[in-house]
Amino acid sequence: MSVPHEILAGLLNIVLGLAFLLVVAALLTWVERRLLGFFQDRPGPNRVGPFGILQVAADGIKLLFKQDWIPPFADAGVFVLAPAIAMVTVMLAMAIIPATPAIGIIGNLNIGVLFFLAMSGLGVYSVVLAGWSSNNKFSLLGGMRAAAQMVSYEVFMGLALLGVVMLAGSFNLTDIVHGQRHMWYVVPQFLGCIIFFLGGIAETHRLPFDLPEGESELGAGFHTEYSGMKFGMFFVGEYIGIMLVSAMTTVLFLGGWYGPILPPFMWFGIKTGLLVCFFILLRAALPRPRYDQFMAFGWKLLLPLTLLNILVTGALMLGLPAST
Amino acid sequence: MLSSVRTLWYTFLHLFQPNVTVQYPDEMPYLAPRYRGRIVLTRDPDGEERCVSCNLCAVACPVDCISLQKTEHEGRWYPEFFRINFSRCIFCGFCEEACPTYAIQLTPDFEMSEYNRQNLVYEKEDLLISGTGKYPDYNFYRVSGLAIPGKDKGEAEHERPPIDVRALLP
Amino acid sequence: MTVFLIDGKEYTAKPDENLLQACLGAGLDLPYFCWHPALGSVGACRQCAVKQYANAEDTTGKLVMACMTPLAEGARFSLADPETAAFRASVIEWLMINHPHDCPVCEEGGECHLQDMTVMTGHAYRRYRFTKRTHRNQNLGPFIKHEMNRCIACYRCTRFYRDYAGGRDLDVFAAHDHVYFGRHADGTLESEFSGNLVEVCPTGVFTDKPFSARYARKWDMRGAPSICTHCALGCNTTANERAGELRRIVNRYNGSVNGYFLCDRGRFGYGFVNAPDRIRTPLGRGADGKQAPISREDAVARFGALLRAGGRIVGIGSPRASLESNFALRSLVGAENFHPGVSAHEGVLLRLVTDILTSGAVHVPSLRDVEHADAVCVLGSDLPNAAPRAALALRQAVRGAGIVAAAAAEIPYWQDAGVRTYAGEVRSPLFIATPAATRLDDVAHTALRAAPNDIARLGFAVAACIDPGAPAVADLSADLTAQAQLIAQALLAADRPLIVSGVEAGEISVIEAAANIAIALRARGKTAALMLNLPECNSLGLALMAEGAGGLAAALGEPAALVIVLENDLFRRAGSAVLDTALAAAHLVVLDHSDGPTSQRAELVLPAASFAESGGTLVSSEGRAQRFYQPIFAENDVRAAWRWLGEAGRAAGNNACAGWSTEDDIVAALGSTLPHFVAAPRAAPLETFRITGKRISSEPHRFSGRTAMNADRNVREPKPPVSADSPFSATMEGYYGKMPPALLPFAWAPGWNSVQSVNKFQAEIGGALEGGDPGVRLLDAHKDATLAYYTEIPEPFAPRPGMWRAVMLPRVFGDEELSARAAPIRERMSPPAIALNEQDAAQIGAAGGQLLACELDGEPQHLALEIHPGLPRGVAGISGLAAKVHALPAWIAVTTSGLGAS
Repeated sequence: MSVPHEILAGLLNIVLGLAFLLVVAALLTWVERRLLGFFQDRPGPNRVGPFGILQVAADGIKLLFKQDWIPPFADAGVFVLAPAIAMVTVMLAMAIIPATPAIGIIGNLNIGVLFFLAMSGLGVYSVVLAGWSSNNKFSLLGGMRAAAQMVSYEVFMGLALLGVVMLAGSFNLTDIVHGQRHMWYVVPQFLGCIIFFLGGIAETHRLPFDLPEGESELGAGFHTEYSGMKFGMFFVGEYIGIMLVSAMTTVLFLGGWYGPILPPFMWFGIKTGLLVCFFILLRAALPRPRYDQFMAFGWKLLLPLTLLNILVTGALMLGLPAST
Repeated sequence: MLSSVRTLWYTFLHLFQPNVTVQYPDEMPYLAPRYRGRIVLTRDPDGEERCVSCNLCAVACPVDCISLQKTEHEGRWYPEFFRINFSRCIFCGFCEEACPTYAIQLTPDFEMSEYNRQNLVYEKEDLLISGTGKYPDYNFYRVSGLAIPGKDKGEAEHERPPIDVRALLP
Repeated sequence: MTVFLIDGKEYTAKPDENLLQACLGAGLDLPYFCWHPALGSVGACRQCAVKQYANAEDTTGKLVMACMTPLAEGARFSLADPETAAFRASVIEWLMINHPHDCPVCEEGGECHLQDMTVMTGHAYRRYRFTKRTHRNQNLGPFIKHEMNRCIACYRCTRFYRDYAGGRDLDVFAAHDHVYFGRHADGTLESEFSGNLVEVCPTGVFTDKPFSARYARKWDMRGAPSICTHCALGCNTTANERAGELRRIVNRYNGSVNGYFLCDRGRFGYGFVNAPDRIRTPLGRGADGKQAPISREDAVARFGALLRAGGRIVGIGSPRASLESNFALRSLVGAENFHPGVSAHEGVLLRLVTDILTSGAVHVPSLRDVEHADAVCVLGSDLPNAAPRAALALRQAVRGAGIVAAAAAEIPYWQDAGVRTYAGEVRSPLFIATPAATRLDDVAHTALRAAPNDIARLGFAVAACIDPGAPAVADLSADLTAQAQLIAQALLAADRPLIVSGVEAGEISVIEAAANIAIALRARGKTAALMLNLPECNSLGLALMAEGAGGLAAALGEPAALVIVLENDLFRRAGSAVLDTALAAAHLVVLDHSDGPTSQRAELVLPAASFAESGGTLVSSEGRAQRFYQPIFAENDVRAAWRWLGEAGRAAGNNACAGWSTEDDIVAALGSTLPHFVAAPRAAPLETFRITGKRISSEPHRFSGRTAMNADRNVREPKPPVSADSPFSATMEGYYGKMPPALLPFAWAPGWNSVQSVNKFQAEIGGALEGGDPGVRLLDAHKDATLAYYTEIPEPFAPRPGMWRAVMLPRVFGDEELSARAAPIRERMSPPAIALNEQDAAQIGAAGGQLLACELDGEPQHLALEIHPGLPRGVAGISGLAAKVHALPAWIAVTTSGLGAS
């Protein structure tokens, strides 16, 4: 029995893509610590292998060999499910990123943007369920914060990229990149870009918006009870999330693979990489806001701004028909 | 908002500054004489134990890791035993601050790891060194009013000879 | 009450107090040195200076010394005034000019009044750059260490030692800033109250020598309220422990009992607790006939088997064991088999004393009552040796007339120097009738030397003079008649007459005579206080519990299968010949903490707890039940005797003690079983007592070395012990603050680290503690109680040719069994001696110091001769042979032995 050639190619694409993602996510843990070190005038992990790069392997081995612990008071099924959701949703969302017209799993999906939003919406479950199933007050508080934070910032994130969708006239990410052949959307949609990126930080609950973890007040928030590889899965999910938000920002606002001289995948890689580094810089530089400040910032500032952005974008598109 | 951006910029600039980390143990750091490391008991310039077993270090210790017992020999006070449980010590240096005789001193040595916690319990013979440490000149019994062999009443610093109680002269 | 103002705020105090007392009573912190609540004011140190204002308009005021300032209604003072604050600081600075740099090597450090006051006034920096004066020290004996350099010349030591305690050999020498407090030459301080100098001295001139040898700072010791076990007065003490060792005994204030002072026997007699030869493991006699350590389980099993074996079981209680242990033994063996472990003669005396005291017809005075008596008659008791603290109280009672006279001249009682000068030789009458001279004779109106029979006759005669209804004494000599009339008049003229006697008088008739005087005074409408001193710390408790059961004679009269001896050395209670026959066929089980002839003979020895390893209740000769608590939590088999008895009872199927898990349970059972002890459970709060939900911390909050003390044995810290019987936590965790005074584990208040901090726990300075003085009185007089006159008047004492009436002359050091094991006390003990009148000595041709032979209890004794000129002819005083007191009084033959003079 022969398998059709396309299916094999597709499977290979998927497996290679996912493997690449996992490797990069693992490397990111090292990159992040090195970079944080440099920002803080210290070397960071530099003892294992050249430049300390094998720290990644050491950590992986350590996580794998740790006891796979489920607290006796936890809801075991949900407790196991939650980190899986965290990882699966972001990896699914990564599937729609078109690195170049040729590289990518389904970069040409006609509802790409919607799929991205749907997956990040699903991602909320991982945190909520983790916090709830741990049966621990800190975890539960962390989960509650995460739910409120992610549901809220999803609204601004979705609204912020509507401007791009309006300009491109498509939900297809490949089409959106094509629409930036002459001008990156960051120029007409500067506000949208900023808000989308902020929303992205909140969605990935990265510093400074890591209130669900908030170790100073909540221990480690929703993943207080997690250890070993289940804890590792949350982290892989988080790092893939960083890449996802960086890649989405690149695709939506920074012209995707377009750039002079260098080949397209290099341009995509450079832009995404710089954004990932910016994520790390944010962590190194900014303190965590108070929870109420953070929510007020979203609903009282970002929401009016995104609505205004959509209004102005729409008005200009109607008022200046020549530009389309 | 602007301050956040400025913070980001300044933090970013640190990327281009040299590291301050010293690569211990490949590279040994400089430890100042007043570094707070391993605790020792010193001797006075005459070579006698400085510790007079006053218990002030023990009471100053926030983790209660010093224990000692006073004993006496020819008018001098000594510790019969002097024990520091370094597995509890936090190297705060309060004991050195409290010590009225400069006996207990913290030294620039912190390499005292052990595989067995019991080995971190140091007794007087482990703590006592043969030198004066950071304060070469101080000798408590030259200042105190106690009489010890070689220093009778009235022979300490700033002391007059003992009173003859039978004299009525002013 | 008088209202006065300090810094504009109103306070109240008793009108006869001085301002310093009033300020301290109001909780204000005012530094002082020379003033002491028991010693009064002399205004010497100038430390308690405050501003006094003439009226509300006066803003200048004048400096006055608070301790010398009487209160007046509405008087205005200021403590905070900057001028007085600076004055007080400069006084301290002045005192510190010559103070040596000694605090680290000073035993007083950390509980030093001078340190406290220096911090209080804020003097922190030495400006004086010139030389310090120095002194040479003296060797003051085994109790007290001397370090004269530290003296601030407050004169408290000589005021206590000479004026208060009547000592002669400590004085002040030299002049101006050369003053020297010490003896005329090196030598042991003679007074039996010398230990109080440690607490009286505000700095480290006089320190505790035995404590210095095993020194720990005050903040490093667990404290437990304790009761002195070395005589029957029940002085309150604090027992201090560190590292499983009893480090020292200090006074614990009890306004009704010992106040601020202890005797040296009580303070320095604790050494038996730490003795290396203590019984610390159960010992069983093996097949080889030798005692060998056995396990706790084996010991209980063997004891249980002996109990099950049947036959007559005899339980012998102990006057030095707690009520709890005695009652447990009584319950285990049954009341009919329980016997007080006292000699036959002492048993008779104890029964008489309990009959008198429980009748309710006489008032049993507390030591505070004794201090306030205004006429005292002592019959047969050498109190300074038998019960020193009571003698100290009598010495104060004698001052009463002088204080009254001074008050008439408007000199307040606290004006110590003024009162003493004005009073001169004016004293309240104190009559002493004893065979030999006592150290109280110097303040006595009359000190009469007589044989016990004559003392009794004198007492009966006094009673007859007071109340013609009392039995008259026939053929009384003219001398004694005159004396009796004099005493009777003095007692009748007094408001608070006191009669003192005790078991140490040795004769029933003497105690009966004392009782007769009290009955006679009552018949004349006086409330007479009768103080009957007893030999041991729980003699009265045991006598009340035994309910008339006799001494050892009854216990050992019939053969017994099993004899259980509780904390007692029977060889001090009966002759060895008697004991040998009585114990020959019986199994002997001894529960005791200290080794002795009885325990060495036992088949099974169980290590019982001393007063420092368990709690318990003791009944003092005042009838005051007082609770003591456990400072030592030992990791060995030592446990309270009642726990051993309960366990053995369970093992034998005897469940009389099965329901008892704490001391409270036993005391409750005791209270419901025996009517005399109904009040005993109220002696102290129960184990379940908590303040703000917490136990009371028994260690100061600065207790050090917790993670290092035991680290030499194991670096892992042991779980702290838990006190099963008391509301104390064994650590620094718990409540410390205002608490029931029976539970005060150590005296400390913020800014007051010395013993003077007790001010903060008194309802009135020098008066009762806040919450009432600890302990509960079991014996109280009631109006309708009656006691008939005793009528058996003894014949006059007639010397017998060639024989002497041997009586016991008590000695403060050595007579008491447990304190005699303490090293410092042993240094003060002298070899046994026999005292004779000089004519008697001449008659047998013996000189002082020569060894004389006599026979006591069937055993030959060689005793050094002491010539006592006052001793009546025909009477021989035996001293230093407390173990043979059971054989006295007796007629003995005394001969010069061939050993020659020593």
